[in-house]
Amino acid sequence: MLEKADAPRRWDTLERSYRARIERGAAFADGKIVRRDETERFLEAVIEPGDRVCIEGNNQKHADFLAAALSKTSVEAIHDLHIVQSNIALPPHLDVFERGTARRLDFCYAGPQGLRMARLVAEGKIEVGAIHTYLELYSRYFCDLTPHVSFVAADAADADGNLYTGPNTEDTPAIVEATAFKSGVLIAQVNRIVDKVPRVDVPGDWVSFVVEAPKPHYIEPIFTRDPAVITEVQVLMAMMVIRGIYEKYGVTRLNHGIGFDTAAIELILPTYAEDLGLKGKICRYMSVNPCPTLIPAIESGFVESIHCAGSELGMEAYTAARSDVFFIGRDGSMRSNRIFCQLAGHYSDLFIGSTLQIDLEGNSSTATLSRITGFGGAPNFGSESRARRHGSEAWLKAGREQRLSGEMPRGRKLVVQIVETFGDGMSPTFVERLDAWELQKTFDMPLPPVMVYGDDLTHLVTEEGIANLLLCDTMEERAQAIRGVAGYTPVGMKRDREMVARLREKGAVQYAEDLGVDKRLATRDLLAARSIKDLVAWSGGLYDPPSRFRNW
Amino acid sequence: MEHLEFDYDGTGAKPARAFALAGVVGSGNLEVLIEAADLGGRCAAVVDTSVRGYGETWRQVLADFFARHAMSDVRVSINDGGATPAVVSLRLDQAAAEIKDASA
Amino acid sequence: MRVARHSFYEATARRRVDGLLDQNSFREFCGPAARIVSPHLPALGMPVAFDDGVVVGEGTIDGRKVLIAAQEGGFMGGAVGEVHGAKITGLLERAADVKPEAVVLLLDTGGVRLHEANAGLVAMGEIQRAALSARHAGVPVIVAIGGKNGCYGGMSIVARSCDWIIASEEGRLSISGPEVIETVEGIEEFDAQDRALVWRTMGAKHRRLIGEIDALVADDMGAFRSAILNFVGRPRPLDLDALEAEHAMLSRRLERFWDCADGRDVWARLGINDPAAVPALDADSFNGLVGALEGGRS
Repeated sequence: MLEKADAPRRWDTLERSYRARIERGAAFADGKIVRRDETERFLEAVIEPGDRVCIEGNNQKHADFLAAALSKTSVEAIHDLHIVQSNIALPPHLDVFERGTARRLDFCYAGPQGLRMARLVAEGKIEVGAIHTYLELYSRYFCDLTPHVSFVAADAADADGNLYTGPNTEDTPAIVEATAFKSGVLIAQVNRIVDKVPRVDVPGDWVSFVVEAPKPHYIEPIFTRDPAVITEVQVLMAMMVIRGIYEKYGVTRLNHGIGFDTAAIELILPTYAEDLGLKGKICRYMSVNPCPTLIPAIESGFVESIHCAGSELGMEAYTAARSDVFFIGRDGSMRSNRIFCQLAGHYSDLFIGSTLQIDLEGNSSTATLSRITGFGGAPNFGSESRARRHGSEAWLKAGREQRLSGEMPRGRKLVVQIVETFGDGMSPTFVERLDAWELQKTFDMPLPPVMVYGDDLTHLVTEEGIANLLLCDTMEERAQAIRGVAGYTPVGMKRDREMVARLREKGAVQYAEDLGVDKRLATRDLLAARSIKDLVAWSGGLYDPPSRFRNW
Repeated sequence: MEHLEFDYDGTGAKPARAFALAGVVGSGNLEVLIEAADLGGRCAAVVDTSVRGYGETWRQVLADFFARHAMSDVRVSINDGGATPAVVSLRLDQAAAEIKDASA
Repeated sequence: MRVARHSFYEATARRRVDGLLDQNSFREFCGPAARIVSPHLPALGMPVAFDDGVVVGEGTIDGRKVLIAAQEGGFMGGAVGEVHGAKITGLLERAADVKPEAVVLLLDTGGVRLHEANAGLVAMGEIQRAALSARHAGVPVIVAIGGKNGCYGGMSIVARSCDWIIASEEGRLSISGPEVIETVEGIEEFDAQDRALVWRTMGAKHRRLIGEIDALVADDMGAFRSAILNFVGRPRPLDLDALEAEHAMLSRRLERFWDCADGRDVWARLGINDPAAVPALDADSFNGLVGALEGGRS
């Protein structure tokens, strides 16, 4: 029997809230265009205490003007926000916590702000919901962390709010989709307002307001690695990767982490791999930002197609002129998309990246005791893709080596960590126990912050050799294979030499001579480019490096 | 700075040349001077390093080096600016290759 | 495409000497086995180098006898300490005695080694005097700059006191380094991180265009060797007339460019149509441009 309802349930509270916010915000705008001088009061009008707010801030572009404006709003008007954003990179991102504008935080990566973040967490000014991987955080935008208000960064907008992101589309589509279709207020910071945008990356009717920033949003060239500082040891490791992994498995689809180790691999494709006759057989399709060190491999015909999570400063004209390789819009500039790039990389044959610490199970972490940094893209790229069904030579071969019990054949993604046995300041990369455990205790986290789990890892490359963990049958063998390439670190010196010799016989540990790698070739002469200027030359003058990388 | 001295059994031939130098002293780098010396068939190593407390690592790296390159009556002198064992081994190998090379 | 395999910039001091001289012609003075090292660094707890960061000796280049010194930029930024300085001074004094066809100085240095304080400063004066003595004896002194550190501080003054200067476009020549200028004058005046600005102000192309260096070459050992050979046996006059001509040139330059705020303004005033394109020109195109400017002047 129906009882008399107290009051009918409202099913459009979000929509009604949206309309009220738009109406309040309209007082500070002409149409969709917010009057810049009134940005702070505008934010006080559209944001409510306790809102979930996303400030687009990713690897490269940042809604920096809006972030700074938020950090100057009245704490009476706006407080206790729950910030849900991928990158904490700029001081205002933490200023909002320092002053009480925001309290709770879900994020992916803190980078240079990691030290200050750790302090604010310790002082109780930040309650960390979780440190996510990129795909997890985006996923939760579509689940329980949907933003009420999002700030995104774009290159240009028109009066209707159509946005042009330029080559750095990055996280924008994920944020926009989640916000605009769940009655959220979407505010775009743009470098310029134009009559007609070069291409529509975000349709105007998804965009609530636009602010023209006083100066172009901040972009950092974080994927540029100067070949001038690649060492002979890194060249040696790159040679071992090409012979011992790329050639052996026939890896054609892959993701490279960002670092000098992987830059060295990219730069010896046109020399070392070419001489081995590997062109067309390895490294054909990549999920990676347009790193300048890829230019020689593209120009020499190794890499045929690249999808990018974001762009890289100075690579705009080069990518635009290589539309066979990069994903390019009708306007002629690149389109990036972090979520799709992460997905493509997740289902490719191989991930290779670097880390700061590895334990005897192969767990790795970039966390150090004094800072909270997060993970970046590595955990999604660098994990076994268990949902994968399609076969490829590399994936099936790795699956056969794994020899799982049971009858059912399975493939295996290759997940490779490449490290020198000692890092900066002679700190050993190999440890009996990760600092991550200590960090878990210090910051009261549910899990130690591990970047790549040992059971996802298949190969470990050091200057001493390669440990193939697929061929290790027991945890004891795995630990000895890791010790067997850990060099003169305390972990490496404690190896059981007989067991390592046995592992070497079955290929679970391989040194340069076992791989047919001639150490005498491991010099910088093997690099197809040894300077930024060489990269410019390879690009036919299309690559325009930021001034800080020049020496001419 | 820390000063370390080691000595090892010699194996194999005397070097072809009087001396060879590899590497440059710099941050994370080192120079290795390898010389023929009358040591009664033994091999010796002298290390001056800017990083203290790695004596055992140096002993092992140099022991592995002399095991890799059978030599006798050779003295290795090192000025180190904090190189990793990987770089140390690389420079040692480069210096050894040069002093064994009779062609120059 | 493959890049040049014999980079001067990449090479150590010893490889530079080997790459420039005739094969097996080099004989080193005070070599590493002699262990003539800095007496000051151990007291400061710093590692020494067996050659104190400079290689000196004699050899031939295309059969012509030269004395040569090469600073190792990787050791303390090529800075001049007491022993380092004495080796270069000794080489230059020897030149006045034995009269080779040239002394070649491969400079890659930030200037005085501050750790050695007065000894380093005194060394600088001694090198200067010895270079002028060699020149007075009729031996041309040729400077080549193309390493990571450029040529700064007291050694830049030495360089400008020599007969000829050759540099690759990676080379820089200036008394004060970018960081020093930024510290003293402020980042608004000079942003040391803006490396394009640094090269527009101190880089070899700018120095070549305003007449302070005599040849700009590609970063290639063969290119340096040919350029050096071109100056071997060709001393410049060292007399009052030459000095007065130099002073007159400096006065004219000041008059002509005093109000320029950037290297590009200077280049535009020199008659270069597209000054913004200059930094990206390779050595051949750049030298073509210099040739056209000089042709227009005569």
